Amino acid sequence: MTEAAPIQARPIDPVLHTHDVTVDYSGKRALNETSLSFESGTVTALIGPSGCGKSTFLRSINLMNREIPGCVIGGKVVYHDINVNARGIDTLWLRKRVGMVFQQPNPFRKSIYENIAFALKSHGMTKRADLDERVEKSLRSAALWDEVKDKLHDSAYALSGGQQQRLCIARTLALDPDVVLMDEPCSALDPIATFAIEETITDMASRGICVIIVTHNMQQASRVSNRTAFFLMGTMVECGDTPQIFGAPKDQRLNDYLNGRFG
Amino acid sequence: MTSKDATGEKNAPVAEAEDQAKAPSADYTATVRRARVQDKAATVILTVIVVLIIVGLAAIIAYILASGAGKLVDPGFLTKKPEQFKAGGGIGPELFNSFYLLVLTLVISLPISLGAAIFLTQYAPQGPVTNVAKTAIETLSSLPSIVVGLFGMLTFVLTFHWGFSILSGALTLTMFNIPILVRVIQQALEAVPRDQRDAALALGLTRWEATVHVLVPAAMPAIVTGVILSAGRVFGEAAALIYTAGQSAPELSWAAPITSLANPLNVFRPAETLAVHIWKINSEGVVPDLTAVSAGTAAVLMVCILAFNIIARIAGRALERRLTAE
Repeated sequence: MTEAAPIQARPIDPVLHTHDVTVDYSGKRALNETSLSFESGTVTALIGPSGCGKSTFLRSINLMNREIPGCVIGGKVVYHDINVNARGIDTLWLRKRVGMVFQQPNPFRKSIYENIAFALKSHGMTKRADLDERVEKSLRSAALWDEVKDKLHDSAYALSGGQQQRLCIARTLALDPDVVLMDEPCSALDPIATFAIEETITDMASRGICVIIVTHNMQQASRVSNRTAFFLMGTMVECGDTPQIFGAPKDQRLNDYLNGRFG
Repeated sequence: MTSKDATGEKNAPVAEAEDQAKAPSADYTATVRRARVQDKAATVILTVIVVLIIVGLAAIIAYILASGAGKLVDPGFLTKKPEQFKAGGGIGPELFNSFYLLVLTLVISLPISLGAAIFLTQYAPQGPVTNVAKTAIETLSSLPSIVVGLFGMLTFVLTFHWGFSILSGALTLTMFNIPILVRVIQQALEAVPRDQRDAALALGLTRWEATVHVLVPAAMPAIVTGVILSAGRVFGEAAALIYTAGQSAPELSWAAPITSLANPLNVFRPAETLAVHIWKINSEGVVPDLTAVSAGTAAVLMVCILAFNIIARIAGRALERRLTAE
């Protein structure tokens, strides 16, 4: 465990940690050995310039990279003491427990209600009352309930971009995950919608969810995250508490990046 | 902003811009003028092309309807059986045969095509085998229908001893229809944004659930449109049927036993369709009113296909609203 979390100062019981995770696309290395650990109830920001491997790393946590032909994930992704990057691991179970929110809001072309209820049904929730309750609860968690409670059966596409993204968050929260991965969730949104999503992120963490967010926006990283990891050219360069990363970076490359010398 | 700002700081750039507007360089003027002329010319040429196409199509439709008008108003034309030697025959059996063959063909070809398209887009690993399959489907979809018809004759009519029959015809049409349908459905599925599939998979759904509950509903309007348009092609097909479903239309009777050639649903009876009927009476017909019968049949065929197209649009839109709650 210690080599998996080299920069952790406090003794912790991480909900998730990666051990020398690598990603290759058709034999070309996109991510070098990355070992990080993530605690419940914290927000970790992954920052770095485009193409640095932060999204690739994020998408290997729930093994979404496996859906890309030619992509190979190496190393260990340990979720609650189980290495999920191994044969015989049920990715369906993993993805139910480790949710994901994408860059572009991608609600299904269904009603608002069905966007949330649909995955619940396929995971075995059949009673209408249970579904109704869970739909309301998750919409409230994503701070969307008041805006949509009167039009649950309208198309999700009638919502604004920010509302759609919160619906996607609600859809993920409905499955009661303990880790939520967010891949630049605000990059397609305006500042007001971004603020609403950031409040939701803080709220998720306060309820014990481990949030890992990829962001281009360093102000956002410093606003919402407890810890920050900096990636550069496929390598995780430095990871630490967010104030330390932005206030007293140890690595010269991180310092240059923060000062706008590249990226 | 104060007036001082406007007159002081803003003055210089405005003056500069005005100078530019008054005296642009000669090159710049020539380029802009050329671009405008090209744009105008393109507009005119494209409009003329479209008008020509519309006028041509409208003329064909009007001619077919006008030629067939005499028979279309004859109340018995759509229900009576054709006459062999005297005037006044109808196309009742042919009309039924056309629809029956179409329904059978779609019942067989739709599930197969849907499965093949889903496999090719969602399950098949990218590689030489998939590429060969895709190329084969594309080649088959442009195969001349007479070739498919002759293959059907050799296989179903002669080898399987099914004779000239609805079954031989329907299976031949299926072979003709599957490549077209697979391509249409494949394109419809590929047009669904990738993030829809990602969203479903990231929620822990299987590929099958993602396909059935997310991709197919999102692609459904395009699939329905494609299916109905391909139905139009099948409905109007003659060459593939001449040597498979045959060129004779026994008189039909619902009272006849299923094994009788007169039973409409008997798949082992020969069945001339509307399109084959047009071909046959024009090539070997001896009835005195053969020109009128041929024109009338053509008009009926065209109205049916027109109806398919209109239904395709309405059904596609209605289904889209129902599936997407929009």
